[in-house]
Amino acid sequence: MRWLLLKDLQILRRSPLLVGLLVLYPVVVALIAGVALSSGPSKPKVAFANLVPADEATLDLGGRELDATTYASELFDAVDPIRVGSREAAIAKVRSGEALGALVIPPDAIARLQSTLGLGGGGDPPTVEVYYRADNPLKRRYVEATVAATLADANQALSDEILEEAANYLNLIVAGGSLSLPLVGDVDVLGLRNARRIIDAALADLPAGSPSRAPLEQVSRFAQLAADNLDVSKPILASISTPVAVDETSLAGSDSDLDVFGVEVAVVLSLMFVGLLLAAGMLALEREEHAFGRLVRGLVTRTGLLVEKIGLAALCAWGLASVMLAVLIAFLDLGWSRTPAWLAALALAALAFAALGVAIGGLTREVRAGSLLAFMLALPIAALALVPSGAIDGTLYDVIRVVSGAFPFKPALDALDAALGGGGALLAPLAHLAALTVAFAAIARVALRRFA
Amino acid sequence: MAVPRTDARAALRADALSKAYGERRALHGVSFSAAPGELVAIIGPNGAGKTTLLQILAGALAATSGSVSLDRHDVGWVPQQAAIYSKLSVRENLRLFARLERVADVDATVDRMLGQTGLRERAGDAVGRLSGGNQQRVNIAVGLLADPAVLLLDEPSAALDPRQRARLWDFVLALAREGGTTIVYSTHNVAEAERYADRLLVLADGELLFTGTPAELEHATGEHDATDFEGAFVRFLRSRGH
Repeated sequence: MRWLLLKDLQILRRSPLLVGLLVLYPVVVALIAGVALSSGPSKPKVAFANLVPADEATLDLGGRELDATTYASELFDAVDPIRVGSREAAIAKVRSGEALGALVIPPDAIARLQSTLGLGGGGDPPTVEVYYRADNPLKRRYVEATVAATLADANQALSDEILEEAANYLNLIVAGGSLSLPLVGDVDVLGLRNARRIIDAALADLPAGSPSRAPLEQVSRFAQLAADNLDVSKPILASISTPVAVDETSLAGSDSDLDVFGVEVAVVLSLMFVGLLLAAGMLALEREEHAFGRLVRGLVTRTGLLVEKIGLAALCAWGLASVMLAVLIAFLDLGWSRTPAWLAALALAALAFAALGVAIGGLTREVRAGSLLAFMLALPIAALALVPSGAIDGTLYDVIRVVSGAFPFKPALDALDAALGGGGALLAPLAHLAALTVAFAAIARVALRRFA
Repeated sequence: MAVPRTDARAALRADALSKAYGERRALHGVSFSAAPGELVAIIGPNGAGKTTLLQILAGALAATSGSVSLDRHDVGWVPQQAAIYSKLSVRENLRLFARLERVADVDATVDRMLGQTGLRERAGDAVGRLSGGNQQRVNIAVGLLADPAVLLLDEPSAALDPRQRARLWDFVLALAREGGTTIVYSTHNVAEAERYADRLLVLADGELLFTGTPAELEHATGEHDATDFEGAFVRFLRSRGH
C-alpha cells in the first residue's frame, strides 16, 4: 500500500495546477476570513442632514438647558456620517450610492421634543426622516435594523437624561434645596423632611389640649409618609430606563463568538472540498488509467486501495486545514492551549470527508463526474447544516437535521467548535464522524464491485 | 510447427469456466489447456466472451463456476487499454508494479524489461507522452515483470499501426519461442490469429465452438485450400448459427 501512496504523491507532484488550487484555496480563504474577522465590522456610510437651526438646538428641561447635538452624536456611534446641508442633498447621496441611507432631522424636531417634554406633555413627538435605496430585501432589512438600533441608542441617552432630571426633582421635594427657574431666578425649596421637622418642633411647643394639634399632627404624618415613599420611587424611576432586563441562558449549542464561528465554518468548508475532491478524484483516476483491474487482481485488495485513498486524501485535507486554522488562530489571537483537541477534530473530520469522497468516486467511476457530484453535494450539505432551529417549520427542521447528520459537515463543525472551546462535548461529534467514516467506506467498498 | 497439447505438459488449464451477469451468460462451460511456449489465439465476434475469459484467467474477474489451474502470480496480464499511469515515467511505472508484484530485485528487473522492450532510451519519459505503440510495450512490460509462465494479452495490436504491430509480434514470438512463455491472446484480426497462433479458440456468445490449429479450422469449413481465412472463419460461424 505504501508504494501506491508514493505513486499518488508522485502524481500529485506532477499535477501543479491541481495541487496549487488545493493549497491556494484554503490559504486564500484563511487570509480573507482572517482579515475580515480581525478588522471588525466597518460602519455603514449614512448621509446626515440636521435642519434644526443652530440657535434652536437646545432643549429646556426643568430649567436646565440640554444640547440636542449631544444626543445626535449618539446616532453616529454605529454609522459613518456624511454631513450635508439639506434634505435634497442627503437623498442625492443615497441615490448616487455614496451613502447606504440618509437621516434627516427636520427643523421642528427640537421644538416638538420640547413640547412633548413640557408639563402638559402634549403635541406630536418629533420624527426623524430616513431614506434608503432598497436594492434588495437583504439590504432593506440591514438598513432598517441599523436605523432602528441607532435611534434606540439616541432615545435611550435622552431618556436617561430626563430620568436623571426627574430624580433630581424628587430629591429636591424630599430633601429640599435650591431650584433655578427661568425669569424667576433661584428659588429655595423647603422639602418634605424639613417641613416635617418644623411642624414637629411647633407641635412640641403646643399645649396638650390645643385644637391645632390634631391637624398639625396629620400634616406631619403626611410629610413623613410622602418623604419615605418618594425616596423609594427613585430606584423605581431608574428602572424605567431599562424596564426589562435580559438574562441569557444558552440551553444547547455553541457559546462561540460570531468571528470564531466564522473561522470554524471557513476551515470545515476548506477541509470538505479538499478531502472530497481529492479522494473522489484519486479513486476514479485508477479506473480512468485502466489500472484498477491490474491492481486488484492480487497486487492490492479493494479494501486496501480504499484505505490508501482515504488516508492520502485525509492527510492532505488535514494538513491544509490545520495550517489554515493555525493562521486564523494567529489572526484572532485565540490561543494555542486547545491545539491537540482541534487537531484531533480536524483529523476525524478529514477521514469522514475522505470516506465520503471515495464513496462518490466509487459510485461515479469518473474523475469529472466525481468532482461535479462532490461539488453538488458539498454546497447543500453545508447550507443545510447552518439552518438554525426555529427558523423553519419544526418537521422540516427535523428532516434537515437527519440529512445533515448523514453527512460529515455538521458533526465536523460541532467537533471543531467543541475543540475550540465553544462548549458541548467533543466525544459525541468525534464518534459521529468515526461512524460516518466507516459507513461511507463500506458504501465505497460495495461500489468497487462494479468499478472495473 | 509441432505444438505439444497433452494435459501433462499444460502450462495453463481451464475447466468448465462460466460467468453470468444476472440472467445473461457471458461464458458457458469453457475448457481448454495450453502448453509451455504455445501461442493460443482467442477469436470470435463482438460480445463472444473473449475479454471475460482472459480476465478470469488473469484473476481479475471471478468465474461463476469452473476453475483455472494456475495461480495469478504465474500469469502476466496485459489488458487491452494500457493499464499504466500516464503521469509517471516508464521507469517509475515499471518500478511501481515490480514492487507491487513483490519482485526480488526491483532495479535489475526493471532494467531487464527496459532492455527487452527497447524502451531504455525513453525510460525517463512520462508514459502519457509516448506513442500508442510504446505505451503498449510498457503495458506488456508490466505484464512480464514477475517473469510469468503464461502471458495473457487482450487485443494487443488493436491500436497499433502495421509497423508497430510487426514489432509487437516479433517481441511476443520471441517470448514464446525463446523464453518458453505460453501466450494466450484475443484478437479481432483473424489474419493475425492465423499467422501467429499455434492454436485457435473460437468463442461465440460465451461458448467455445472450436479449438484447433488454423488449418483444422479451414478443414472444419470444408474449404481445404481456402485463401480467404477470414471468409472461412465467418462461414464457420454462420454454419454454427452465429
